[in-house]
Amino acid sequence: MILVWLILIPFLGGLLCWQAERWSDQAPRWIALGTMLFVLVISVVLWWGVDFSLPGGAGSQWLLEWRVPWIPRFGIEIHLALDGLSLILVALTGFLGALAVLCSWHEIADRIGFFHLNLLFILGGVVGVFLALDLFLFFLFWEMMLVPMYFLIALWGHSGSPGQTRIRAATRFFIYTQASGLLMLVAIIALVFVNFSNTGELSFSYDVLRKADVPEPLAFWLMLGFFIAFAVKLPVVPFHGWLPDAHAQAPTAGSVDLAGILLKTAAYGILRFALPLFPEQSQAFAPVAMTLGLVGIIYGAVLACGQQDIKRLIAYTSISHMGFVLIALYSGSELAIQGAIVLMVAHAFSSAGLFILSGQLYERIHTRDMRMMGGLWGRIPVLPGFTVCLVAASLGMPATANFVGEFMVLFGTFPSAPVTVVIASIGLVLAAIYSLLLMQRVHHGPAYRAGPLAGPDAREYGIMLALLVLTLAVGLYPQPLLDTTADVAAPIAELFTGSTELAVRSGEVN
Amino acid sequence: MLTLANLMAILPLIIVAATAILVMLGIAWQRHHGGTVMVSASGLVLALISMPLAISALSSPPLLTVDGLAIMGSVLVLLCALVTVALSHHYLAGYTGPKEEFYLLLLCAVTGALGLVASSHLATLFISLELLSMPLYGMLAYSFRTERSLEAGIKYLILSAAATGFMLFGMALIYARTGQLDLAGLAAGMTAGPDAWALAGASMMVVGLGFKLSIVPFHLWTPDVYQGGPAPATIFLATVSKLAVFVLLLRLTMTAPVFNNDWLNSLFTLLALITMLGGNLLALFQSDIKRLLGYSSIAHFGYLLVAIVAGGSLAAETVGVYLITYLLATLAAFGVVTRLSSPSVGEDAAGLHHYRGLFWRRPWLAAVMTVSFLSLAGIPLTAGFIGKFYVLALGVADSRWWLVGGIVAGSAIGLFYYLRVMVTLYLPAPGMRRMDATNDWGNRIGGLTLLVVAVSILVLGVYPMPIILWVSELSTIAF
Repeated sequence: MILVWLILIPFLGGLLCWQAERWSDQAPRWIALGTMLFVLVISVVLWWGVDFSLPGGAGSQWLLEWRVPWIPRFGIEIHLALDGLSLILVALTGFLGALAVLCSWHEIADRIGFFHLNLLFILGGVVGVFLALDLFLFFLFWEMMLVPMYFLIALWGHSGSPGQTRIRAATRFFIYTQASGLLMLVAIIALVFVNFSNTGELSFSYDVLRKADVPEPLAFWLMLGFFIAFAVKLPVVPFHGWLPDAHAQAPTAGSVDLAGILLKTAAYGILRFALPLFPEQSQAFAPVAMTLGLVGIIYGAVLACGQQDIKRLIAYTSISHMGFVLIALYSGSELAIQGAIVLMVAHAFSSAGLFILSGQLYERIHTRDMRMMGGLWGRIPVLPGFTVCLVAASLGMPATANFVGEFMVLFGTFPSAPVTVVIASIGLVLAAIYSLLLMQRVHHGPAYRAGPLAGPDAREYGIMLALLVLTLAVGLYPQPLLDTTADVAAPIAELFTGSTELAVRSGEVN
Repeated sequence: MLTLANLMAILPLIIVAATAILVMLGIAWQRHHGGTVMVSASGLVLALISMPLAISALSSPPLLTVDGLAIMGSVLVLLCALVTVALSHHYLAGYTGPKEEFYLLLLCAVTGALGLVASSHLATLFISLELLSMPLYGMLAYSFRTERSLEAGIKYLILSAAATGFMLFGMALIYARTGQLDLAGLAAGMTAGPDAWALAGASMMVVGLGFKLSIVPFHLWTPDVYQGGPAPATIFLATVSKLAVFVLLLRLTMTAPVFNNDWLNSLFTLLALITMLGGNLLALFQSDIKRLLGYSSIAHFGYLLVAIVAGGSLAAETVGVYLITYLLATLAAFGVVTRLSSPSVGEDAAGLHHYRGLFWRRPWLAAVMTVSFLSLAGIPLTAGFIGKFYVLALGVADSRWWLVGGIVAGSAIGLFYYLRVMVTLYLPAPGMRRMDATNDWGNRIGGLTLLVVAVSILVLGVYPMPIILWVSELSTIAF
């Protein structure tokens, strides 16, 4: 039942925020903050209460499970389940949700109640995605979170260059994801009907469909249906058109949610659904997926170097980082998959941090154009220091979580795809270039204008400190995270071991 | 021979027809707007209440078939008519000419629709279709002092007459081939397989019905008529008329084998594809909500045609579920337009600019509009998603990959204009005051009806089991 509450709390909180606007302007903010902290606390308590060191083979692979029939006509259930991966991502959602509320404390000044309604509905939908196990339910949440995100960008976003309005960016985001989502829906339905004609059982259940025996050419197309939906969201390079605009035009809270959580739903979807449902086809597809990942790494990094808009720059680095995740997911190595999970968490911290920083800069100098920055080091106290740290995290400096993730990804993938790893390493060099470029153009060089600017207040200070501490904590001691997700990564890696002999086990790293 | 059981089976039709006469006499005796509304609404409610009697009669009078499909169609027709009546009251209150005749026309058209969904003979089919269409001309041209309304009425009249011509010619050809006019006889008369004449007849009937359903390429009247007609008349046209004609088309394709011919099937596939794509593409840059909804309804009937192509037991269920979701969303969307418009201030509030910032003036009305547009776009947690799911499932189960691709592409295109309208509702209107206008509670019935419709869109989106059960039960009843 607690799983249902994890999903319901943000929705109820959102409705409350909407109505709370009548009382005062601050009420929705506090309610939203309380709601997200509540979700965070629940997930942390759950995490605390479970011993992940036990072998997960006993009984079910799920720590918690909840299912009731929903639409029996099609065998659709409300089936929620939680394992280590979902737990971490739900906790991350709660944490970044709270940050998103905090960072828009002063930025959003009008329609506050409705803003927080949308924000919390997104987060509720994301939690739903991480918990849903019935494919219909999963799709429902997957699509559902788009609508509030659309409103967030369209109503509270910034208009960029002429012709690139926020509504246009929001619409593009929505159409990209919705259209690809419909492909996934078609794939899901086809999978269900194939299973129905084989076994006579009409069911959208994950467990049932995993055993479905799909004839060969069809299975490949269905796998592709899932992959494209996730690839758009991740984003993988030919499908990334929506991302830079959506990020650049979104309000800070929207960018934080997009980069921090929404992109992770795609990686989660691949891990949870695309790979286990179609193991052989995924394996056959792995070289293509890895190539796409490589293209993404290089493309994102190169384009990031050329951006003038600070948020677009960070957006392109996301494409680059997600390329690493994609490579790892299709590598079939437990180590790399665990690395991907660490990298997802790390990227959530670092990119959310950078987006929040650029939001804070925007509040001070009212531009996101880096040509109109420069020399801020001397003008703003403290914030440049945080920027250095987060930029260092983003480029994968040792001792940060990003380093652990990228290292594990590259190390784990090497045995199965050495060439890929070698090329991907170029991405690390490029990461250093764009990160330092960002630092140089924003904070160093000649000052664009003179005069000191306000330093961070306690709220801003707290946000940055929390992100920094977490980045370092995961970077220095990632073991608890790895223990939690070991049960998830191992079976997925085993799906691939039919042909790839894995020499590297996570035990060697331990 | 008509028996008592026969009369019981068509009791709803008799009640509605009697109400129409009552309303007519009432108008002759004394004009009273509120009274007329009450009488019409009670007649429709009474007809709804008599529905179980009709089901339990288990018999079909000559020329009609009262089966599950007919029952489903009748219930939906009556419900939509009831909502239309509730919404018309507020709208017509601002009309300066005679108001009461609108309900008379409406009730006549409902009688026609009730007959149409049950007809199993080409004669009843034709008579009911005309009984449905004739009053519509009057309804569309009701506020005849505005140019657009008159234009809409006349345009619909002329094109509808052309369609009727096609229809009759088609019937004549089929009759010439088989010598039968009832659907069962048609089926029996063509066991040998249809020849060119029968096929030509069938395609002509499809053309005639296609006009009524505004299937591309017979859709040209739709935007103008939707835009010009007074909002309540447009609601009626978009819901009751289309629903009844579609149920009839489903019955034709299910019973008469000539419509199952391979060639006709490919024709339907083609029509479905161009309808769903054409409707959505044409809607893209509309700035008039009524025109936009007109194009969107074209697209939705394109999706529905998938059921006609696929056939089989799932198809009837799909049609039922999809129609319910479509009707709810359309009623809600047009309902909001109706609530904002009044004939006393000129043309209907259909321009997109009227809706800018609606959320900050009338939050509930805007919420209803948002829900209905989300449902039309097929976003999860609204009823529209269940409908879309059904159509996709049907397409996939039947391996109609072209149509499935069409639905996916159509929905993606459709999102663009649905989102455009939705976001307009929330943009700050120039010089707006927050929470300024309270809901106009003087028109309580209309407003409450709208809220009920919107809530049922959400409830059915979250918990669709009731309608699925109802529809699947009905689609198995055949007498």
